[in-house]
Amino acid sequence: MNPCLSQKFKTVLIGVAFSPNLQNNIFEAMRLVDFFDCRLVLVHVGEKTKEKQETIRHLLSGFEDDDDGKVKMIWKDGNPVEVIIKSAQSTNADLIMLGATPREDILKFYIGSIARKIVRKAPCSVLLLIKPSEDLRPCRHIVVNGLNNNKTQETLCASFEFAQNLDSKQLTIVEEISKKDVKVIVQDNKSLLKSTLIKEQLSQKQALRVHDVLKEIPSQLKSAVKIKIQPIFGQRGYSIGHYAKIVGADLLIMNAPEKSTFLDRIFPHDMEYILSELPTDVLIVR
Amino acid sequence: MINFKNTSMNFLSNLPKNMFSGFVVSLIALPLGLGLALASGAPPISGIIAAIVGGIVVAIFGGSHVTIAGPGNGLVVVLLGAISTLASGDLYQGYLFTLAAIICSGALMLLIGFLRLGILSDFFPSSAIQGMLAAIGISILAKQLHVMFANTDAQGDTIELLLTFPSVVVGLFSQATASTIAAASIGLISLLIMRFHGAIRNPYLKLIPAPMWIVVLVIGYSYYYEFFSSETYPIATALLVQLPDSVLSGFPTPDFSLLFTPQFIGVVLAITLISSIESLLSIKAIDQLDPERRRSNVNRDLKALGLASIVSGLLGGLNVVTVIARSSVNVNNGGSNRSANFFHAFFLILFVLLFQDQLRRIPLTALAAILVYTGYKLASPSTLKSIAKIGNEQVFIFFVTIIATITTNLITGIFIGILSTLIIHIILNKSVLLFLSNAIRPNVLMFKEQAQGNYFVSVKNFSSFMNYYKLKNNLDAIPINGDVIVDFSLCEFVDFTVQEHLLGYQEIFTRNGGSFDINGLDIHGTSSTHPLAVRRLLSFSNAKKTKTNLTKRQKDLQNVAHDFEWSYNPVKLYEVNPLYSFVFFKLKKINFIHNQLIDEHTNFNVFDTEYTEGEFISQKQLRATFLSIKLKKTIPNFTLHKEDLLNFLYRFSGFKDIDIKDHPDFSKRFFLMAENKAEIEAFFTDALVLFFESNPYYHIESNGNALLVMKTERLASVKEVKALLDFGIRLHKIVSKLKYEPNLLKTL
Repeated sequence: MNPCLSQKFKTVLIGVAFSPNLQNNIFEAMRLVDFFDCRLVLVHVGEKTKEKQETIRHLLSGFEDDDDGKVKMIWKDGNPVEVIIKSAQSTNADLIMLGATPREDILKFYIGSIARKIVRKAPCSVLLLIKPSEDLRPCRHIVVNGLNNNKTQETLCASFEFAQNLDSKQLTIVEEISKKDVKVIVQDNKSLLKSTLIKEQLSQKQALRVHDVLKEIPSQLKSAVKIKIQPIFGQRGYSIGHYAKIVGADLLIMNAPEKSTFLDRIFPHDMEYILSELPTDVLIVR
Repeated sequence: MINFKNTSMNFLSNLPKNMFSGFVVSLIALPLGLGLALASGAPPISGIIAAIVGGIVVAIFGGSHVTIAGPGNGLVVVLLGAISTLASGDLYQGYLFTLAAIICSGALMLLIGFLRLGILSDFFPSSAIQGMLAAIGISILAKQLHVMFANTDAQGDTIELLLTFPSVVVGLFSQATASTIAAASIGLISLLIMRFHGAIRNPYLKLIPAPMWIVVLVIGYSYYYEFFSSETYPIATALLVQLPDSVLSGFPTPDFSLLFTPQFIGVVLAITLISSIESLLSIKAIDQLDPERRRSNVNRDLKALGLASIVSGLLGGLNVVTVIARSSVNVNNGGSNRSANFFHAFFLILFVLLFQDQLRRIPLTALAAILVYTGYKLASPSTLKSIAKIGNEQVFIFFVTIIATITTNLITGIFIGILSTLIIHIILNKSVLLFLSNAIRPNVLMFKEQAQGNYFVSVKNFSSFMNYYKLKNNLDAIPINGDVIVDFSLCEFVDFTVQEHLLGYQEIFTRNGGSFDINGLDIHGTSSTHPLAVRRLLSFSNAKKTKTNLTKRQKDLQNVAHDFEWSYNPVKLYEVNPLYSFVFFKLKKINFIHNQLIDEHTNFNVFDTEYTEGEFISQKQLRATFLSIKLKKTIPNFTLHKEDLLNFLYRFSGFKDIDIKDHPDFSKRFFLMAENKAEIEAFFTDALVLFFESNPYYHIESNGNALLVMKTERLASVKEVKALLDFGIRLHKIVSKLKYEPNLLKTL
């Protein structure tokens, strides 16, 4: 059977803190459970009290009429990062949901150090929400990377799963082509002509590759959504975020980074750009 | 493919033109070469050597097309300082040390060229460079004013020289000898020739450049005394140009004994810095004059200039840079390729070989007058005036750089200029973080829009001289006949340097048949009313947006309005309630509309709008250009678009998909949605369907008595606005011709 047809996201995990954002975070998670028909694991790092239990129960009551065991709550003390990672492993979670904090000026969002660590260490996919809200925000336009990478197939499958469940109308596959691949430095008219030509060829080559990957994806997933392919020349990771911001995408889906080293944090690339300045909601597929 | 036969034919057929142009340039290069060398404290012939070597080497190895290489104005100050200080006052020994420094700096420039560091010149803020050039001009002026009045032993720094100048003039009238007065008069008359040469109307007289007029006249003056007058030539030998007895032998040997001393290294760095900046600025400016719009390969040019400086230094010449005045004369006289540069060198050799005796008759005061005029041009009040218009902060940077350069040295001066620019930017934004946290992050995204074929360049965070090279690299990679849209709506701060450079790009693209639009600056606040004023997203407290302070795009829109005899209103309007009757805006919040083009008669209205989507405002902020057409009759509500991205919105408002019978192609290409199928079938006649099928795609919506037309969900370029207007006018014509009667339908 086509791997794309099996449901990828069966268990969603969300860490809850008793902050003003609690309600919005839980509402977002419950909606996801609704759309994906999956299970939810709530993890709270801290003491289990009657009061807290009551608050959670109250918030969940709006969604869950038939207590069929879809929602599970874990209470545990310890280091937040470790607790969440371990809980994700023990419950076989497929997706960890994290909420971002708005920056001082309202136009930018960033995620805290705990969330960053979770993103780096998570055993499964991670969804970062820039602004968890009480009400449903339609997810109309999804931007996904189409890197030349063996993970891309899986990422595209996940994107179509999201597109289908969230009723998205457009999916743009962005191929970031590194400037290094062009190999021509523009210095005068002649080299400009050459680099334009090479870029054109590279774009076509990449588009063919993406089309090949798309062929593998069952047509019932593709029928409801308009697919567009956009080549971009620029720094990997950075340009796709900037692009998502320009086109006003509602969700950006990316491959998980290969491996994040200490150097990456000093000379940021790929994921680090996205994390330092979230352009929109971001899903990192593992 | 390049047709070699064709290009070589072209080269041959252009040869006479270039030979002539090279000849005219050599007429200026001769007196300027002598003068610049004298002003630098070097033997006069060293300037000619630099021009000859530069002409030959750069013509062979260079990467630009119509530039001329030779001794430069900017270097005078550095070289004079080096020659007079390196050997603690011994000018000839100092000259030998400086030759070694010139050779080293040539090697450094060669290295810069090989490392492709030509971009380094992009890190200098415009106003600081202007200030540095003005300071160089003042320094030249201060020293040469003395020489022009026959006071050749004036000593001291620029300020002292300026302060002692009045006493020199007074001394001239009270105690001068006849020889001094004659020399000073020649200086003064030469200055007047420089100043009023531009007023000559006769094309043949005009052909000879002002410096050559001076040379010809002063030589003629000396021959007058030799052949016709009984008196002796009144000008003392000390005030005449000294040339070696034989120009072909006795080249000086550069002295490398100071090689690793800090003083020597400082001189090498200063020469390299100033000659690179002067060359790169000149190349950039001359590229815009090139009638064939070729792009110079600056790194190759730097390599050629470095090599030329090495050769020139070995032969006892000054260092070689690209010079703007001579290059522009070259372009104006029909120079079309590098052979003109070569011929300029060739004619200089002829002059020096054939007219050695005549050159020795030129008084120093005449050459000083040429330099005084050059210095004045560099520091002319009109530069200050144009900078003052852009904003007070630019004036501040300009003066800080001038004062720092004059009181310290060129390198310290320019770095203080850069620092003050940075501090001003931080003060203007009241934020260090904006610059610190985004300094090394990429901030430019360029991509080709698949549907329209436009190149869209979006700039984020801040855009100033510090990260301009990133924007430049992206812009350089776009074919120059392409359609470019540079969008600054995500950018919080845009400085003068960037805007000035963009204006240069705008010219390059429009002249090559492309288009270059700068969007998203209209919403920024400014510090003055100049179109290139520094802009930042939050408005400056002391300056309100005014009608006179329009960006380039706004001015272009104004012109479009003028062409259609419509009115233009750039002011932001916050009362936009009628727009909400369009379903498109149903779930959006319109912040304001601005840049309206209004036609009162037929109720056409083009406007930019900023709106947000979603309940929480910051969720998404969008800007787009719309055309609304008010109709005189009622038509059905409908929407016509290509992408089904927005369908949910319309379904939500009770719209349904509708296929028009007998037009399967139309139905396949467009999504037509409306409330009432019968109305639509009556309204969409064959003529209307054909119109939509045969025209480019627009998103169109009707709210019953008005139409809303949009191309894409972003601000339209001026070119796109014109296309939008054209489409709208034709659409309006078709719609008003339709015989659609809503009342008739109801009775059916």
